[in-house]
Amino acid sequence: MPDQPVPEVYRPTHPGARVDIDPEVQSPDLAAGGPTRPVLAAVALGGILGAEARYGAGRALTHPADGFPWSTLAINVTGCLLIGVLMAILQRLPRPHRLARPFFGTGILGGYTTYSTFAVEVQQLVRAHRAGTAAGYLAATVVGCAAAVWLATAVTVRAWDRYRGAAA
Amino acid sequence: MTWLLVALGAGVGAPSRYLLDRAVQSWHRTLFPWGTVAVNVLASLVLGLLTGAAGSVNPDFAVLAGAGFCGALSTYSAFSYETLRLAERGARWQAVLNVLLSLAAGIGAGVLGWWLGAALG
Repeated sequence: MPDQPVPEVYRPTHPGARVDIDPEVQSPDLAAGGPTRPVLAAVALGGILGAEARYGAGRALTHPADGFPWSTLAINVTGCLLIGVLMAILQRLPRPHRLARPFFGTGILGGYTTYSTFAVEVQQLVRAHRAGTAAGYLAATVVGCAAAVWLATAVTVRAWDRYRGAAA
Repeated sequence: MTWLLVALGAGVGAPSRYLLDRAVQSWHRTLFPWGTVAVNVLASLVLGLLTGAAGSVNPDFAVLAGAGFCGALSTYSAFSYETLRLAERGARWQAVLNVLLSLAAGIGAGVLGWWLGAALG
């Protein structure tokens, strides 16, 4: 039974949603009821680690105020690559640890990636009369991040199936 | 020292995202990730406010509330992941709506926050 692939990865796991679509909230832990202290602690600790990584990367890759925000783009694209890998693995593990998703997904990757910085950087570029840079940054982020999730998921699923095929 | 301020802000921001997202998702029974939209819009509003009022905000508080709290309250990974999941589920118009709504509401909240911050700061 544990060796069987999960046929439906979108299992509803908490009463508020019919389908498991949100990596943030539908941790299997929620099926049992409200948020537990270990889950909140895992989210907080992971969030701190992710935010420190983002802060460090932002300090290392600086850009002029009216320049292209490469650091935020790099942070969000790498975070999206990692969420694709993480979710593909968690959905294929027969029994992932109940704190794995809150810690790695909601915590580390949620804390590492940022929407608010992206939104305010777009606004700041427009304010600095750099509408072209703002549009390019917006498009690169939306397309780059979607492509990153898609690619990372596809590669992880392939690698997983190959490894499992070789192991069997 | 600033890393400690980031940790303090993120230690509150990340669990707040989890709890708020969870609360919003329990209010409806659709596929649409309203919870992620809500946390991202809220975080963009607060960061816009801090940026608009930058001149009169304590720099340490700006790191704690901006890089720490707002950065951890908002998420791009969940937004992207959910958009792709919606598209894969065949809910393509919802995936498109998620992108357009997140962009319009998130950037709109940043602009609104900036104006408020500049007016108050």
